[in-house]
Amino acid sequence: MADTDSLPHLARWIDVELLGKSRQLMAKALVFGLCLWPMAQLGFAVVFDPLALGANPAETIIRALGDWTIRFLLIGLAVTPLRSWTGINHLIAFRRMLGLFAFAYGSVHLMAYLAFDRLFQWGEIVQDVIKRPFIAVGFISFCLMVPLAVTSTRGWVLRLGGGHWALLHRLVYPLTFLAVLHDWWLVKRDLTWPIIYAVILALEMLARYKPVKALLKRHSPFQHNIAGR
Amino acid sequence: MTQFRIAPPDMPLIRASEITPKEVFLNRRQWLAGAGALTSAAGLLAPSAQAAQVIEPLAAKPNKAFAPSDAPTDKKLATTYNNYYEFGTSKSAPANEAATLTVRPWSVEVTGEVAKPRRIDLEELMRLPLEERIYRFRCVEAWSMVVPWIGFEFRHLAALVEPTSKARFVRFTSVARKEEMTGLRTAVPVLDWPYTEGLRLDEAMNPLTLMSVGMYGETLPNQNGAPIRLVVPWKYGFKSAKSIVKIEFLEQQPTSSWTKSAMHEYGFYSNVNPNVDHPRWSQKRERLLPSLFASRETELFNGYTAQVASLYSGMDLKANF
Repeated sequence: MADTDSLPHLARWIDVELLGKSRQLMAKALVFGLCLWPMAQLGFAVVFDPLALGANPAETIIRALGDWTIRFLLIGLAVTPLRSWTGINHLIAFRRMLGLFAFAYGSVHLMAYLAFDRLFQWGEIVQDVIKRPFIAVGFISFCLMVPLAVTSTRGWVLRLGGGHWALLHRLVYPLTFLAVLHDWWLVKRDLTWPIIYAVILALEMLARYKPVKALLKRHSPFQHNIAGR
Repeated sequence: MTQFRIAPPDMPLIRASEITPKEVFLNRRQWLAGAGALTSAAGLLAPSAQAAQVIEPLAAKPNKAFAPSDAPTDKKLATTYNNYYEFGTSKSAPANEAATLTVRPWSVEVTGEVAKPRRIDLEELMRLPLEERIYRFRCVEAWSMVVPWIGFEFRHLAALVEPTSKARFVRFTSVARKEEMTGLRTAVPVLDWPYTEGLRLDEAMNPLTLMSVGMYGETLPNQNGAPIRLVVPWKYGFKSAKSIVKIEFLEQQPTSSWTKSAMHEYGFYSNVNPNVDHPRWSQKRERLLPSLFASRETELFNGYTAQVASLYSGMDLKANF
């Protein structure tokens, strides 16, 4: 087997053997565990090692949860371009889980803010959303995630019909943009992470642009002719 | 007056529930020992930042009036979570960056409306009556700590230069050395450097107003304002200027760096007051670090009403925020 052939074979092997029907459940369990890891780490620190969270553990927790919300949104948005580029079609099987994890981290992020910072004082919370644009933007982003989480089931796809469902779920683009903006406006000093997020999001959007998508696919090292195809 | 909490004079109000548990305190020691080993190991590879700071033991008699029965905020936390914008605007930047500041030799220029203006060496200031006082420290960002400061009352320093009858205000100026302070080298200055703060003379002469040269039984770490800083416990933390190089007695009210940067957010007085909200932070409650919940009710004058309320009798504290 020539070297140039190994990448297409690898992609095919991942698609058929690793993520194919026979092992998909195991792969899903593994990804599920990995997605849970950051949350588990935070939970462990809260219970057993609070000093590891620094002088202001609430701030550390809220920020970590927010960061992971954005990261899962971006990982989820990488599925479609990666799938088209590599030809690993079974990646699609993980997209819903990634999206739901983004929603889970976002929910706990919001709850931590409501509880730790605002002690569920609703009057104060309303004031906060009105007075502070970065909170408003984060809140809108979360609100847009709710209908997507609710309609993530197979039943809802059928009920809405594939076309409507796909249209609704395009909300993920603006809501991810708002989530990155929320982070950008919060961080006044070190913009490293917001910039990284923004660049990734921009690349993911670019990869969806039809000419770019076609170009990527044509020059993909994963999709040269495999013998027998 | 009924809103003022009645307390014995000179008695800081610190609840039993806020005492750091002994296990945490002891754990911290283990942790510090481990951290020490790590730091020295890291020091071999990168002999810079932390290694350069010289922090010496500093003995001072605890003032029983300010020695509540509780343990203060963990030292590790109080020395790694700091606002000192001359070293960067993140909370962790000062602890990482401040070692570059040269704090010896050091002197403070004391001038203005005084009979005997002079430059005073740190060594002479350290011979003033030092004592340890455990004060609440309340940041305008709605978090707080409890810190065992070592220092002397500002009025002892004033006595050395004899303010004239014209002196009505005091301006404190912090050190600003571009070559030693990363935060001063930003393309756009974060504040109007050098950092200045001001007090009314009677506020400065109040026995609570401390010039601090140490904390936790040691000389000050650079990130906490070495070698000498102001501590005004009934005002928001930014009033307590760090690393002071100049003190001026003035006839006119000075304008601080923060007031210049945002007049409507940072007033001259900046007394801790739960009834006056900052535009960006509600001041009703605070998070006593490292607690998770911002659940502590903030007290007027940070709980030092008995000592300082008389300074403001008849004043509208909402207008004079």
